[in-house]
Formats: sequence, structure tokens, C-alpha cells
Amino acid sequence: MSSTQYATPSMPDAQGHFGPFGGRYVPETLVHPLQQLEDEYWRAQQDPDFQQELDYYLREFVGRPTPLYYAERLTRELGGAKIYLKREDLLHTGAHKINNAMGQVLLARRMGKTRIIGETGAGQHGVATATVAAMFGMQCVIYMGAVDCKRQELNVYRMKMLGAEVVAVKAGQQTLKEAVNEAMRDWVTHVRSTHYILGTAYGAHPYPVMVRNFHRIIGDEARRQILEQEKRLPDILIACVGGGSNAIGLFYPFLNDPSVRMLGIEAGGEGILPERHAARFQGGSLGVLQGTRSYILQDAFGQIQLTHSVSAGLDYAAVGPEHAWLRDEKRVDYDYATDTEALDAFMRLARLEGIIPALESAHAVAGAIKVAPNLSKDALIIVNLSGRGDKDVMHAAQQIGLKLPD
Amino acid sequence: MNRIEQRFLDLRAAGRKGLVVYIGAGDPNLSATEALATAFDQAGVDILELGVPFSDPLADGIVNQLAAQRGLESGTTPPKVLQSIQRIRTQSEIPIVLYIYFNLLHRVGVDRFIREAAAAGVDGLLVLDLPPEESVDYEALMVTAGLCPIYLIAPTTPEARIAFIAPRAKGFIYYISREGVTGMQSKVSSTIAEMTRLIRAHSQTPIAVGFGISNADQAREVAAHAEAIVVGSAIVSRIAEHGHSPDLVPRVASFVAELSQAIRSLPSSLPPS
Repeated sequence: MSSTQYATPSMPDAQGHFGPFGGRYVPETLVHPLQQLEDEYWRAQQDPDFQQELDYYLREFVGRPTPLYYAERLTRELGGAKIYLKREDLLHTGAHKINNAMGQVLLARRMGKTRIIGETGAGQHGVATATVAAMFGMQCVIYMGAVDCKRQELNVYRMKMLGAEVVAVKAGQQTLKEAVNEAMRDWVTHVRSTHYILGTAYGAHPYPVMVRNFHRIIGDEARRQILEQEKRLPDILIACVGGGSNAIGLFYPFLNDPSVRMLGIEAGGEGILPERHAARFQGGSLGVLQGTRSYILQDAFGQIQLTHSVSAGLDYAAVGPEHAWLRDEKRVDYDYATDTEALDAFMRLARLEGIIPALESAHAVAGAIKVAPNLSKDALIIVNLSGRGDKDVMHAAQQIGLKLPD
Repeated sequence: MNRIEQRFLDLRAAGRKGLVVYIGAGDPNLSATEALATAFDQAGVDILELGVPFSDPLADGIVNQLAAQRGLESGTTPPKVLQSIQRIRTQSEIPIVLYIYFNLLHRVGVDRFIREAAAAGVDGLLVLDLPPEESVDYEALMVTAGLCPIYLIAPTTPEARIAFIAPRAKGFIYYISREGVTGMQSKVSSTIAEMTRLIRAHSQTPIAVGFGISNADQAREVAAHAEAIVVGSAIVSRIAEHGHSPDLVPRVASFVAELSQAIRSLPSSLPPS
């Protein structure tokens, strides 16, 4: 592998481009507010008080650092590489999403915003956003596709209990993409009072770089932990990729280490057939959607195609622009796991390790199940266990036919 | 000369205001769109803004979202919209602007899309999600094809940015009179006088004001500050209501004629050149 530096201050460039990807493709009303957000973000990043405040809440409220846990039984069963799990599922609210929500809410406070909005697919980002809004006494509205509201019902109740208004979006296929559209419509209408806590490494600049930086703590910790435990760098990092926030958070601090391979796992749904999956690097092409240029699932005219995944958080037609760039640079490999493989991984992790993963994270586990047996026993894999599966228990039980005892 | 630029010269010479009308192409079908276009020309519409239906119209309010959905359901694609414009051109020289999301250009290639649009008889493009920072190639291609790149200015656009955008716009500058998505409202925004004054300080290009104008009184009020007004959702909602009625075209055209009458009597804001 070449020793090119992939993590550099000049990537993205000043306009938010990762090579040919990224940028700021938004209606004029949002251009200046995005510029203000970017300016404030760079100022905050240089401000030791901001960093100190963020570190405090991440430690005392969110529960960082998370363990890097050696999954001994899973490793033994697969018979190959040693598998470590980065336990983001142990964070308060149950997923990595709160790293970013916490960073952005502190930023919103600095900017004097009084109202918070967000979109959510699986509901984990919605819960994280509702949580930080409640903490700081801010008004909060979460947009969620009506289909996702049904399949992630638990999280809808959690958001409501936290005081957020949850708007079920009924347009289109009623999943994450439509929730983003509706959140952007809200933001364009209330931009002076409102901060939009976008939940993944996607959208118009500065969101992809900002969200990545709020999540790089995952990779920074994992790097330190594996060096302590194994005295060397890992061989492969594996993470699921919807928009790609947990994956870029784990990968970023290792990008300049040429010996570390990285594997992003997209949602293969029912297989790579039109409208039956959400694997943008399999069936997608270059396009512009919701503020950025990246790989998207679209038809010959540029209309966005329907997607499918058992996992609401990965069920999205586009992928973050930095992933698109890392893929074209061949720095990161991308594969997919089908619904069936993800459900199998979900159950195996539960039974072998006593950990019920989110269906999203189960895709990453499925990736490890494929890769590990082909590697030697001294190889090291880190899987990002981005969230826990409480929200998916009912849905998975139906899928695999679990019944209550009579 | 480009039909949009010619129309604003004619309006100025005649000392009157322009009416820009927005409808979604293919709503309820493209033959209705063609019939509406020629009827609008006769009803006093100065520029027709045709929305090309897109699956994810994030700058649009519910009225125009539903129009886009009906357009997609009637099988409307960008090439079919261009074919309709070719048919409109056999009967009408009404200036036509395509209101479009960037991915529809990007998918076939910006160069090819612009050339085909110009060949079909389009006069300008308003690409909702393409701010000038991302549109270096686009602008050059538009100029070569003789099309007007129409840019938006919003209430959130600071003066330094107005100075950056305004000189790039050709045909007209579209001032969005309020923060938000497309749609009707009960009161006209109070920022219009101040913002149109700022825009004029940086450009001689005519200004059209839109977003939220829903009746003749509002049309008159807004037109006092600009060379033209844009009315969209108020018309689209009438199409939604009468889409399958045999008198769709006369009903909508008579509403449009009312708007045209309302602003016709107002004097032009720019002195004759």
C-alpha cells in the first residue's frame, strides 16, 4: 500500500471538497448560515474552553472512553483473526451518535440558537439529539420517516419522553431520505433561531468534516487501546456505512497508517437488485443529493431510487463524500452484507458474546464473520460496534420468528 | 437576443411590470402543461417558469412537492419536458425558464443538458441547489449556449454576497422574499424594499420577487419594488384542484389574467433606457 497521507488539514479543501466529492449544493437561503456555522465551528475547534467543555460532557455524561473488548468466543468460533469490538453501544443513549450531537449542541449554544432540529433513520441520532436538547433546555423537533417510526417505535417513545416533538414524514418511501428533506425545509424556514444537528458525515460543507471530527474520538481511543493491549496497530478496521459517521470516526485516525486496512459494510438488503438494497458503491453512480456530491442510487434521469434494508439507519440512497473519495482512492474497501447476513450476525453476537448489537452494527459484525476466517490467528480486527440493539429486538424477533412462551 | 432579456427590454419600453408564472411540468400531464403554456402567453404572462419534477424537492413546500409527485406519476422525465417545450415553441415565443434541481443536469452531464435545453427552446435555468460557488463550468456553458443563468438571492444573503452573485445573473435576479420553502402566505414580507435596494446597488439586471405571492393585492404590493413578480404555489394549487376538469386551462388562465391585470397598471421601476 502507498504511504499517501489521507488525513491532512487540506482534505477537505476550503469549500468542503474531498477530491471531486462534497461541496455545498444548497438553496441560497442556506449558503450564508452554513458559512456562519463553518466559521463558528473552526473557532470552537481552536478554543480550549470549548474542547474542555466537550471533553467534560463526553466523559461525565456520555460515558467515554468506551472499552475495546476482545470478543474471545466469536474469535474462536470463526477460527481466524482476533476480533476486538469498539463498544460504542455502551454510550449513553446507546450509540455513537451522541458524540456528534453533544459537539453540535455546544456549538449551537455558542451561536445563540434556541431551537434544535434533526433527522433520524433508526432513531439513534434522534434520541441523541433529543437528549442533548433536553440537557440544555432547548426546543427540539425530530423528523423521522413514517415507516421508520413504526419499525423503530421504541426510539420514537424515547424521543417523546425526552421532550422532543417527533414529526412522522409521509412523503416518498417514508424513510431517512425524506426525513432529511423535511429537516432541511424546516431549517430553511427557521434558520435564524434554529441549528440543524445533522446526524451523519453527509450533507453540505461543513457537516461532513465537522461530524467526522466529532466522531474521530472513536478511532483515537481505539488506536491508543489496541497499542496498549496488543502493542501494535490492527490489521483491519470494519464498520457499517449508511451516511458513514461511525465508520469515518473509527477510520480517520488510522488513514495515514498504510498497514491498516479498512472495510466499510453497506446494506445489501435483499441483494444487489434495483430498489432492493442500499449499497451505493455497488449499484450507485456519481450524483448530487441533499447538499453534497457523492455516490447515490439513482435512475438514468437522476431521480433518486428507492432503497431497502432491514436496518433503518443504513437505508439511505447516498453515502458520505469522504467515503466516496476514500473508495475512489482505494484507501478503504467497501463490501455489503444482506439482511439475512446481518440478522445472522445479530443473533451470533447475542449468543456468543452476550451483546445484542443494533441491526446497523450487525452489518459490520457480518463483515467480520466473512473476513476473519481467512486471516491468520495473529491478525487483528477492530469492529466498530456502533450501537446496541434494544430498538431492534421486536423487529428482529418477528423476522426470525421468536415467540413468547405460552 | 435571449427571449428573457428581450422581454425585460420590452417591459421597460412599455413602462410596465412583468409576471412570471411557475407550474410543475407534467402536472397533471405534459399535454396540459403545453396547453397552459400557450394560454398563459395569451393571458399576459411574461415568463413561464417550468418546474422539472424531481424525487427530492427539498426547497419546495407541500403544494409544489405534490405537483412534482403528480409530474413523476404522469411519466414526466427531463427529455419529455424538453420535447413539450419544442411543441410549445411551434405556437408561442413565451420566454421559458426551467426550475430544476442540480442532479437532473448532473446525471446526463451539465454540458449536454444545457445544449439540449437551448436547442429545445429554453431561455434560462434556475438551478435551486447550485449556488455560484459550485457553478464555474455551468456559467461558461450557459453563456456559450445563450441561456440565462438565473440566481437566487435570499433574505439571509449578506451584502458582500449580493455583490458576488448579482453580476453573475443574466435575464433576471430572483429575490426570494422570505426564508422558507415555496408556498403561499397571508402577509407579504417586509424585507423586500430594503433587499431590492441592496441588489440594485450591485446590478442593473431586472429583479423578480417571488415566494408566497398568492393574490392580486399581494402581487401589486410586491410589484412596486421589482421589475417582475413570480407566482407559483397559488397557481399550482388551482391546477391540483382542477387537474382533471375539462375547463382546467380556462380556469387557471383567468386567475393568471387577474394577476396580470393587477400589476399592469403599475409603472416600471427602472427609467426607460
